[in-house]
Amino acid sequence: MNKKKNNIEKELEKKDKIPQKKPKKINEFAYFALRNTKLKVGLSVVLFFLVVAIIGPFFTDYKWNAYIGPVSQPPSLEYWMGTTTFGQDVYTQFVEGLRASFIVGIIGGGIATLIGIIIGFTAGYRGGIVDEVLNIITNIVLVIPTFALLLIIAAYLKVRGILMESIFIGFTAWPWAARAIRAQTFSLRSREFVDLARISGMKSYKIIFTEIAPNMMSYLLMTFILQFGGAILIAATLDFIGLGPTNAVSLGLMMNYAVLWGALEFGIWWWFVPPGLAIMLIVGSLYIMNVGLDEVFNPKLREM
Amino acid sequence: MKRYFGRKTIIYLSTFFLAVTVDWAIPRLMPGDPIMNLLSRVSVRAEASEAMYGYYTKAFGLDIPVWKQYINFWIALFHGDLGTSVYLFPQKVVDVIIMAVPYSIALLVPAILLSFYTGNKFGAFAARTKILDNTLLPVGYLLTAAPYMWLGILLAWSLGIVVGIFPTAGAYDFNMAPSFSWPFIFSLIKHWFLPFLSLFLVQFGGWAIGMRNMIIYELESDYSHYLESLGAPRSLIRKYAYRNALLPQITGLALQLGVIVAGSLVTEVVFSYPGLGSLILSAIQNKDYFLIQGCFLFIIIGVLIANFFIDIAYVIIDPRTRLGMAGE
Repeated sequence: MNKKKNNIEKELEKKDKIPQKKPKKINEFAYFALRNTKLKVGLSVVLFFLVVAIIGPFFTDYKWNAYIGPVSQPPSLEYWMGTTTFGQDVYTQFVEGLRASFIVGIIGGGIATLIGIIIGFTAGYRGGIVDEVLNIITNIVLVIPTFALLLIIAAYLKVRGILMESIFIGFTAWPWAARAIRAQTFSLRSREFVDLARISGMKSYKIIFTEIAPNMMSYLLMTFILQFGGAILIAATLDFIGLGPTNAVSLGLMMNYAVLWGALEFGIWWWFVPPGLAIMLIVGSLYIMNVGLDEVFNPKLREM
Repeated sequence: MKRYFGRKTIIYLSTFFLAVTVDWAIPRLMPGDPIMNLLSRVSVRAEASEAMYGYYTKAFGLDIPVWKQYINFWIALFHGDLGTSVYLFPQKVVDVIIMAVPYSIALLVPAILLSFYTGNKFGAFAARTKILDNTLLPVGYLLTAAPYMWLGILLAWSLGIVVGIFPTAGAYDFNMAPSFSWPFIFSLIKHWFLPFLSLFLVQFGGWAIGMRNMIIYELESDYSHYLESLGAPRSLIRKYAYRNALLPQITGLALQLGVIVAGSLVTEVVFSYPGLGSLILSAIQNKDYFLIQGCFLFIIIGVLIANFFIDIAYVIIDPRTRLGMAGE
């Protein structure tokens, strides 16, 4: 198989007269990636919060729901981010919540992207009746307000965990990704190199994964990034309305408790500012990163 | 155009059908006796509880075959019967929701329309203007990434509590009775402003950025370069680019509706604004499942209707759909 693929590649090179080889192309992307401020800034912010989420919980001796001492304390050396009206440590809740957000983003966004890829590739490559049916399903799920669906499912579950929440979010957030990937696949399907692979007797799934997918890698990466951010936002919204995990803490739940227990009236800003700020910075940086990536991959958008 | 609307109608009808089926199926899919599940977690008075049990046994009709239960559910739905609220017993779910809907619409519609208009205009204006592009663009990205409720919390805390110029709870002063007088209308507007502003700001960021990115694609396309080479004025090229860039933005509005509605629900919770969002929160806290299910259906119907309006707008704006040249 490998030999065959090499032949096809050689054939392709002759045919399209592409002078560069693959490694050179990656260098080109790296060259622009290292010079792209948006990408660098966005990535550093996301990585910063990721590091805090990973090592943060090791710096606290408390449990997130333990009542550890004086209530409503502003940030101090002892309580880095202050305490809640119940005397819980905000720092502990914050780092645990940050972990939960990243888990939701990776699992929820990952599942949504994966379903989008499967449906998008199948619909776009197969075409015909398969495409038609998948298209209708996609459009139906697209019209249903995801949040309302999650609301009614979550409301009936007695015990809710972060993992379960992520899976549900993943299973409802895929439609736009499927639609976008389908459109891309559709336009790649009729290219010469795909025709060539088809004539040479390659199996469909092999054509999709060795010929079409590599040409869409940048696109798929960007889809995942957007789904990642979207999943974090949906989870926070769901948690805030009281349908968050029942056995853990999350950034959305922190804001929920803060509003319900009078943090605004008493001015306990260290309780409700950090969780929202973290979400905004993470998701905003993901968006900005995406613009940067777009500029790296798409020469037309590079600033002159 | 017929084909276009025909396709859309099929999708909307299937969506509605699916939504009602989900609404019917979910309580029945959960383990245990649904009625005991409903009532065991509610603390209502004993006599009410007994009346409720009888009522729900009849409403669920668990003694008849499943397909009959399903048909009965549809019949009840078309009679506008969504059950009785548990926590606001004995009020009907439909009545409770209809009381809340106007407040939600009063927040949502102006926020959506105004942010869409101004955001797009601003985004088009900012594109390829170096200073705006570099300073305001990150701000736009952060705004659109801000969780709705957090921006609401910040506004309520800063303008409402610290500065104290705006009230932070309710739809009007608690000591006022609803009437058509100027002080009451003024009070309504004062209570409406902050939740509106926070909804507006988050969406504004999103539209401005979307338009900025779209219009750059358009300005790089062949027809723009061609116009440029012909010596057309900059404003004319921009005008054409804007019109073309607006189409995907309208599709984007349809795609965003669900997220916007969700955002408005949590914004209402922050400001204790008596719309659907606050209702859902109380329903969840009181385990009032019939009310949650009713809200679910109302949100879906609302989003479907809004989608339909967007489709009409799309047909008006894009002549290709009218001529049947583009299916979607």
